[in-house]
Amino acid sequence: MKRVVADSRQTAISVRNLCNRFGDNLVHENLDLDVYPGEILGVVGGSGTGKSVLLRSIIGLVKPASGEIRLFGEEILTLGARDAALEKRIGVLFQNGALFSSLTVIENIALPLIEHGGLSRRDAEYLASVKLALAGLPAHAGNLFPAELSGGMVKRAALARALALDPAILFLDEPTAGLDPIGAAAFDQLLLTLRDAFGLTVFLVTHDLDTLYTSCDRVAVLSRKKVLVVGSLEVVAATEDDWIQDYFHGPRGRAAASASAQATSKG
Amino acid sequence: METSGKLDKTVTATAANNCSALVFAETDNGICLCVKGDWILAHYSSLQQSLATALPQSPEPDQLDFVGMGELDTAGAALLTRVIGAESLLALTASARGLSSEYAALLKTVATAMTKQQQASPQQSSWLDAIARLGELSHSGWRNFLLLAGFMGLALTTLFAVIIRPGRWRITALVTQVHQTGLNAVAIVALLTFLVGAVVAFLGATVLANFGASIYTVNLVAYSFLREFGVLLTAILLAGRTASAFTAQIGSMKVNEEIDALRTLGLNPMEILVVPRILALLITLPLLSFIAMISGIVGGAVVGMFSLDISLARYMSIVQEIPVRHFYVGMAKAPIFAFMIALIGCLEGFKVRGSAQSVGEHTTSSVVQSIFIVIVLDAVAALFCMEMGW
Repeated sequence: MKRVVADSRQTAISVRNLCNRFGDNLVHENLDLDVYPGEILGVVGGSGTGKSVLLRSIIGLVKPASGEIRLFGEEILTLGARDAALEKRIGVLFQNGALFSSLTVIENIALPLIEHGGLSRRDAEYLASVKLALAGLPAHAGNLFPAELSGGMVKRAALARALALDPAILFLDEPTAGLDPIGAAAFDQLLLTLRDAFGLTVFLVTHDLDTLYTSCDRVAVLSRKKVLVVGSLEVVAATEDDWIQDYFHGPRGRAAASASAQATSKG
Repeated sequence: METSGKLDKTVTATAANNCSALVFAETDNGICLCVKGDWILAHYSSLQQSLATALPQSPEPDQLDFVGMGELDTAGAALLTRVIGAESLLALTASARGLSSEYAALLKTVATAMTKQQQASPQQSSWLDAIARLGELSHSGWRNFLLLAGFMGLALTTLFAVIIRPGRWRITALVTQVHQTGLNAVAIVALLTFLVGAVVAFLGATVLANFGASIYTVNLVAYSFLREFGVLLTAILLAGRTASAFTAQIGSMKVNEEIDALRTLGLNPMEILVVPRILALLITLPLLSFIAMISGIVGGAVVGMFSLDISLARYMSIVQEIPVRHFYVGMAKAPIFAFMIALIGCLEGFKVRGSAQSVGEHTTSSVVQSIFIVIVLDAVAALFCMEMGW
């Protein structure tokens, strides 16, 4: 069940003429990208093409050299003080989870609920336990510290924290990296379930071809300092470009494509 | 319906903002639960409070009506699930009126998640916990002592095994450590002991002047710095400066699994990390102690010259009369302190588990422990030397 996009001109994220540079190294040059409400956009690209920098620019952690970035039509770069209301509408899952190591999992999830939601500790921890269950973690995991969790549990706990304030846009930085294939597949499924339930817009940076095939509505390829092509997986995979051809039609790409085709024919 | 007989009036729970509400209404088809207004995080607290007071025991509804509902998010869905019960909510959403497919999916997801999950029971605390904690504390204190003793043995055997084989000396690591722990600390050690030397001289002058014995200020400063203060101040300073650095360095390597990587490469972390650090402190602490003694005596001399009218020549001649064994007593303690400081710093580093917070905890612990050990050993040494007449 996909959310119907009411107005195709309405964008959740809109990036225009984005330029990012570190010293003399130009990472992005006049990069344009649109993400529509309710879709899962997968962002792929070779190492060092600036996927994470793009993500960090959109969530406001990196200040770009020039360009404009709009979230729900609001320009975020010209907002003088960071707009707290805007921050509540985005949830971020960092690559290594970035759970606060001195707090238990429940306290990690309850923190934004207490700080922004104005809930009492008891209410916040109850809601946090609901989010924990939504992210597919058992209840006893809530009392553990992040150092005591396995890699897959860390990702799920971090997802639960990202979902704490019911964000409209979810940013995921390599969510399935370091997970075993079963855990990664379960995570993809969880993502689809949550997107369908909450109408989330998901900005997904990934290297995982299986994730692209199972969960992404559209795929954007970053290369040569801009978005080379963006569209459905078939369109992107058919693009004439050496890197894209290697990526989607290399041995791993073919395996993921055939696995996805099998799953579709069975289902 | 039989259940409808139990409910003789409409029960309403309303949030403080008066726009979100839960209305139980009696209809021909049993109890109908009408959800009205926005069920979102912002109204969560007030909704929950009014639900608790208005509906101590919520009746089991037979129908759900969402016609009057505005927005819904997970917080609201969780609250609804708690009021209605996950199973009955799941059963009733299919036939609910006025529920959009998105919100139905949301309710279903939340309710399904909540059926699987039971609340983790909060830990009960009792007065017995205090006794248990005391037991744990003493037990862990004893274990720590055993660990330190074991680590000392391991460090010593590795040290001797390395020393007799010059091919395994790690000169570069040793020089780096000597540079960091010794050379970089010269200025602070010299400044600190100079000031303490001046303070001791002032103190001595004030007290001894009453007896007309101001000249003995020189003896006071020289004796105290040769025997005690030179080495003790240096050791305390290095316990704060170097033991913490050792713990943080080794601890963050542990967090990064670098120690495990060393082991899998067939390298001994004791030999690579611990031995150069111990040797470096064994070299630098006596040298720094010597600088501290000189600097303290110079501090005393400056005070003597400028405010007690003791000339430098007179000051030096008195210092030269002091038997050299006092200097030896002071210097003999330096390697012992150095060994203990390095040992505790490294051991605490190896005790780090998992997180960045653990690095912080063990760094604190290593500073506290090494200062404690230094002062205890110094007290023992003072007693011993006094009894021996040294």
